Amino acid sequence: MTSATLFGYCGAVLVGLGLFGLITNPEILRKIVAFNVLGSGVFLLFGVIARRGAAAGLGADPVPQALVITGIVVAFSATAMAVALLVRFNKETGQVTMSSDDPSNAGK
Amino acid sequence: MTPDATAFADVTTADGYLLVLAVIVPVIGILLSIAFGGRYVERIALVLLVAGLAIAIAIFAAVVRDDQSLVYIVGNWHPPLGIALRADGVSAAMILTVAVIICATGVYARKEFGQPDAKVATRGSYAFWILLLAIWSGLNAIAVGADLFNLYVALELLTFAAVPLVCLKGYQETIKAALRYMLFALVGSILYLLGTALIYGAYGTLDISLLSTRVQPEPVAWIAAALMTTGLLAKTALFPLHLWLPPAHAGAPAPGSAILSALVVKGSFILIVRLWFDAMPGLLTFAAAQLLAVLGAGAILFGSVLALRQARLKLLIAYSTIAQIGYLFFIFPLASGDSASTPWTSIAWTGGWLQLFSHAFAKAAMFMAAGLIAESLGHDQISDLGGIGRALPVTIFAFGLAGLSLMGVPPSGGFVAKWMLLSATVMEGQWWWAVFMLVGGLLAGGYVFMVLGKALSMNAPLTLRGPIPQHRQVLVLAVALCAILLGLMPLQPSGLLMIGRPEMHTNVLE
Repeated sequence: MTSATLFGYCGAVLVGLGLFGLITNPEILRKIVAFNVLGSGVFLLFGVIARRGAAAGLGADPVPQALVITGIVVAFSATAMAVALLVRFNKETGQVTMSSDDPSNAGK
Repeated sequence: MTPDATAFADVTTADGYLLVLAVIVPVIGILLSIAFGGRYVERIALVLLVAGLAIAIAIFAAVVRDDQSLVYIVGNWHPPLGIALRADGVSAAMILTVAVIICATGVYARKEFGQPDAKVATRGSYAFWILLLAIWSGLNAIAVGADLFNLYVALELLTFAAVPLVCLKGYQETIKAALRYMLFALVGSILYLLGTALIYGAYGTLDISLLSTRVQPEPVAWIAAALMTTGLLAKTALFPLHLWLPPAHAGAPAPGSAILSALVVKGSFILIVRLWFDAMPGLLTFAAAQLLAVLGAGAILFGSVLALRQARLKLLIAYSTIAQIGYLFFIFPLASGDSASTPWTSIAWTGGWLQLFSHAFAKAAMFMAAGLIAESLGHDQISDLGGIGRALPVTIFAFGLAGLSLMGVPPSGGFVAKWMLLSATVMEGQWWWAVFMLVGGLLAGGYVFMVLGKALSMNAPLTLRGPIPQHRQVLVLAVALCAILLGLMPLQPSGLLMIGRPEMHTNVLE
């Protein structure tokens, strides 16, 4: 097994774990953390792809690395915004989950 | 990189710089607003609305005049290493629609978020104008993007601007709605990014036109397409991933609702079309197209029935958005069939896009009208609308005109769009979609007339909070009239929407 394959499997496991956590956890903060685990898996996959490009005879493929930096910035901003919303939500309601949903009350 | 990169002769066209302007002019407005502070932010935004509208008209005129796409190669680095901006006929029409609706919303929002004395600036109004410009930039970037990763960034810009718009009022329920929207958007964006990684890994490029010749129907392409489509469907709020939409769109302030419902959900839809028709035409098989349309049909039934059961006007309009989004997905089976040589010469291609544009105008007008009604009454309970037709006749008229388009009754853009899609079901022999369209039209008639019936009934004298100036009502009417004017389109495939599309359907199977 080459290192690229190994990292590829690691990425796949992280994606699976993240997706599982995102769907099954009712607590919003855990969902946000799970999103970051999922994101790490995707970024790792980009690294593997850069490496595989290098294995194909090219010195190294810099494009996935450029993409992954942008991806990390976007994921970071998204996390910051989600956490900010969550803090405000928690201040207003004292809740950490979004159970007891009643969309008919929104925005009155 | 691959050797065929140099063979791809794509050069910046004469007016290509307009595409860059369309994306960066709103961003310049945001930077100026932050630099000069809240007192000037409305003035800066209003100046840029005019400038942006002029750019949009120039792009539209250039595409129509030259009968070809505008292209700009950023930094003169050619794809696949560089990034190209491309505006074909569809993009040009989208950019113009976005500009008109953003400008109308900007003028409409001056009452709520304007700063007449320019001395004090509330946080809400400061944020609103900046978010409005950010959404505009994001939508333009999506319209001209020709690279899957570039489109990802544009989509994220759009989402980051759209989510705070939901909770501008800061109420508990709106923050909850924004948080739910954000969680759906997070999943959507990361799934899209995962698909992008797989595509780059398999084909070594993310440029859409290069991908169209390289993507083969093989497992990696199918997995990538499924991941990206699922992510985008979550952002488009297609049934069954629509749960976030009603509280978010109903909770936002009226101008925000208009932008979110009319334009923002369309941004991710455009990406789905680009993905299936442009980047991976070989993957759009009968089964894949049918699956997308099944979800669309579910959205029509589910959204329409729930709209009928709402007690609040804004929620009714939000559920109607879910239903109207469903129609858009009929473009996949109906435009990819055998009745035309290419998807873009088919009647369903024109019908689908026309549905998108006419729904944008109709829904913007409806949310604006609902905003005026709520401002006048202090609430938006449908059961207590009695007599509002006398107080705000122009607004209710505009609401009715927009309703015609949603129902698909002539003369309206919605009628022409749905008629074309219906004709396409006959030509393609896929009559089952026609059933959903007709039922959806009947149900839309039900909820529109439910509102109009209440509004025009003669109840006890109303206690109004204050008069609504005539010019605001006329503005809403003007937006609704745009949806009606689209109904003057000839009932045939539109040449505009074919500009910049390949002559022959790229056959990757060979």
